[in-house]
Amino acid sequence: MLRFILMRLGKAAIILVAILTLNFFLIHAAPGDPAAVMAGEAGAADAKFIAQLREQFGLDKPLLTQLAIYLKGVLQLDLGYSYRQQMPVADLIFSRLPATLLLTMTAFVISLLLGTVAGVLASARVGKWSDTAISTLALLFYATPLYWAALMAVLLFSVYFNWLPGFGYETVGANYTGLRRVLDIGQHLILPATTLGLFFMAVYMRMTRASMLEVSQLDFVKTARAKGLKPSIIQRRHIFRNAMLPVVTLAGLQAGQLVGGAVLTETVFAWPGIGRLMFEALAQRDYNLLLGVFFVSSAMVLLFNLITDILYRFVDPRIRVA
Amino acid sequence: MLKRLTTLAAALLVSTALHAEPVMGGRANVVIQPEPPSLMMGLVQNGPTQMVAGQIYESLLRYDEELQPMPQLAKSWEVSEDGLTYTFKLHDNVKWHDGEPFTAADVVFSADVFLRETHPRLRTSLEHVESITAPDDTTVVFKLKGPFGPFLGIFEAGTMPMVPKHIYEGTDYKNNPANNTPIGTGPFKFTEWVKGSHILLTKNADYYEEGKPYLDEIYWHVIPDAASRAVAYETGVVDVLPGGSVENFDVQRIADMDNTCVTDKGWEYFGPHSWMWLNNREGPTADKRFRQAVMYAMDRNFARDALWNGLGKVAAGPVSSSTRFFTDDVTAYDHDPEKAKALLAEMGYDGETVRLLPLPYGETWQRWAEAVKQNLDEVGINVEIVSTDVAGWNQKLAEWDYDMAFTYLYQYGDPALGVARNYISTNIAKGSQWNNVEGYDNKEVDDLFAKAAVAVTAEERQALYTQVQQTLVEDVPAAWLLELGFPTIYRCNVKDLVTTAIGVNDGFKDAYIEK
Repeated sequence: MLRFILMRLGKAAIILVAILTLNFFLIHAAPGDPAAVMAGEAGAADAKFIAQLREQFGLDKPLLTQLAIYLKGVLQLDLGYSYRQQMPVADLIFSRLPATLLLTMTAFVISLLLGTVAGVLASARVGKWSDTAISTLALLFYATPLYWAALMAVLLFSVYFNWLPGFGYETVGANYTGLRRVLDIGQHLILPATTLGLFFMAVYMRMTRASMLEVSQLDFVKTARAKGLKPSIIQRRHIFRNAMLPVVTLAGLQAGQLVGGAVLTETVFAWPGIGRLMFEALAQRDYNLLLGVFFVSSAMVLLFNLITDILYRFVDPRIRVA
Repeated sequence: MLKRLTTLAAALLVSTALHAEPVMGGRANVVIQPEPPSLMMGLVQNGPTQMVAGQIYESLLRYDEELQPMPQLAKSWEVSEDGLTYTFKLHDNVKWHDGEPFTAADVVFSADVFLRETHPRLRTSLEHVESITAPDDTTVVFKLKGPFGPFLGIFEAGTMPMVPKHIYEGTDYKNNPANNTPIGTGPFKFTEWVKGSHILLTKNADYYEEGKPYLDEIYWHVIPDAASRAVAYETGVVDVLPGGSVENFDVQRIADMDNTCVTDKGWEYFGPHSWMWLNNREGPTADKRFRQAVMYAMDRNFARDALWNGLGKVAAGPVSSSTRFFTDDVTAYDHDPEKAKALLAEMGYDGETVRLLPLPYGETWQRWAEAVKQNLDEVGINVEIVSTDVAGWNQKLAEWDYDMAFTYLYQYGDPALGVARNYISTNIAKGSQWNNVEGYDNKEVDDLFAKAAVAVTAEERQALYTQVQQTLVEDVPAAWLLELGFPTIYRCNVKDLVTTAIGVNDGFKDAYIEK
């Protein structure tokens, strides 16, 4: 097991450097650079000003030299400095990480729990009206653009009913502490987390339903039935456990993206997370920050893939033996 | 449309009503977008930085809506008869936010040392200055090399912010740790910045103007999405939406809300002037008749009414009517498709496609480009809209890779500061999008601008600028669109928010909330 993990970690490191290098060239291939964007925002700039900025950002050096400097920094766990935000990249990312994790993990838990439960329920009532209702709802969630759903949710629950705050992480200026603050953040979390969770909820539901139905037709289930086992035990031990394999794969993929944040949701709900940071960095050509976010999120994807593989070994004994 | 305009006009009227005695205390919640990169105004002068940091930093003067100078850090000033010596007397009880006294030495350091290195726009104006000296702690003397008409107009906070000598002298300005906790002399102090969420400024209790400011604190809310900013106002989270905070199509809906006032004042110093760069170097746009045809083809009144809620004015030429030395005694380009067609026929336009770059600043600009494309299609000009993001747009303009491109720039109250730069031939240089991007080259115009900047009397300057405006409007180096009207939307019980030529940017000094 240890050898397996070490090997996978080694591979992951190589993949990570490859990803960073690729991203580096991709970003630099996009038109414009941070100096031009920043000068543009100043509303006036002469050649001297832009040259000063380029020199300050190290953009006057050859591209390969810039790459070498960047990779050397990363190897020393230094993600560089965001000139746009006037802060070290690592500080920026870690200051935004808690908000992102709170949002994405809540959405993850909501979608996984509700999606699986709804999927199991639907599979147990195939063809009945409740199955049709759940499946239709899932299709609706699956097909609704996130951006639109978010705006409609705000319109309905914030503007019309005034039940929930429509944006932000907490009530700015209220200076709540303790439980009051937790509740306040919780209130702010409901709309973005639910909106973000809708799509994956639908995916988990459909996946669970299909998988449950497929497994229930397999020979070993027939055998279990022939043995006279109670239907609830068959459902739980034989069907559910096997049907969960594709769901775990999918959950692993989604979990890997948790750290990358949710660009649209965070933007619409003014949620101060990584996704928004990444989007702004892209628009501003904030190279170091963008690469930093890519680095952290790809590292997380690799890590969660590894965790998924390890989890497989527990969920499915066949893999452990092989 | 009529109802729309009347309601907005009514809202504008309400906002100018007279107010009672100021009320002490309270909090203002304001939208800021995008999030400023820094609040150190000596280093960064983009829009959001000026808006927030304009409450922290000050300069020697302020300007009223007629662009007349008013006292700020300077309580009085004198100009010598030859127009070469400007003497400022400073308030003697001013303290920096860290408690250190503010003196004339700070002014000399800021203008002559710090900003000369960091502030490109001011640097150009300071080329006219021979020396800056401080005979005593409350007197500063600027000696000019020759007369420079707009000189008294460069003492605005975003143009010449005073920075503390005791913190910056001898340091690496850009990497000074104090940049994250800006120290100014203004009515509000920097208190907290939670990136991605909000910036908090609190009242400067030691402010040198007795009784001011009235408010206790200002929260600037960072909300990245325009629709969410509108919701923030609708749900009562914010009380002020500075110009440009929400998409234009949302303005009327919000203006119709109870206790909501709208004003398009407070932009006179900037005079935001929009136009399309026309590439004078090559393609159909190199032909003057084609450029004139573009002017006749555009229905600019429609753009103002449909896209800008009727706010703003159709631009007469290169100079905004709020800028000094404006004249409307120039060729008028009314919407006249037939004239446009005749000009195109005369030049023998062969239908060559021209590329149009919209300004990537949101929906309004995208729609505006579509409206212009439609206007030009009607007279037979083939237009292809090329979409970019901000960085791409910057690069295409700086590299002259366009035929027509939307933009808007500030004029800073005087043609010598904000207009000449876009038309004089010495300012043709790749790599920047604020110079003579269109490549217009006319020695007569160069001479007129040069003479007008240094002419001593206002009459002389007016004569020269009238002449230059007439020449430019005849040549159409750029297709002028509108003098933009950016509506500031706020609760009507927020009083005296917009009282100067830079509006919200230094408005919280006087603002108060009526109970």
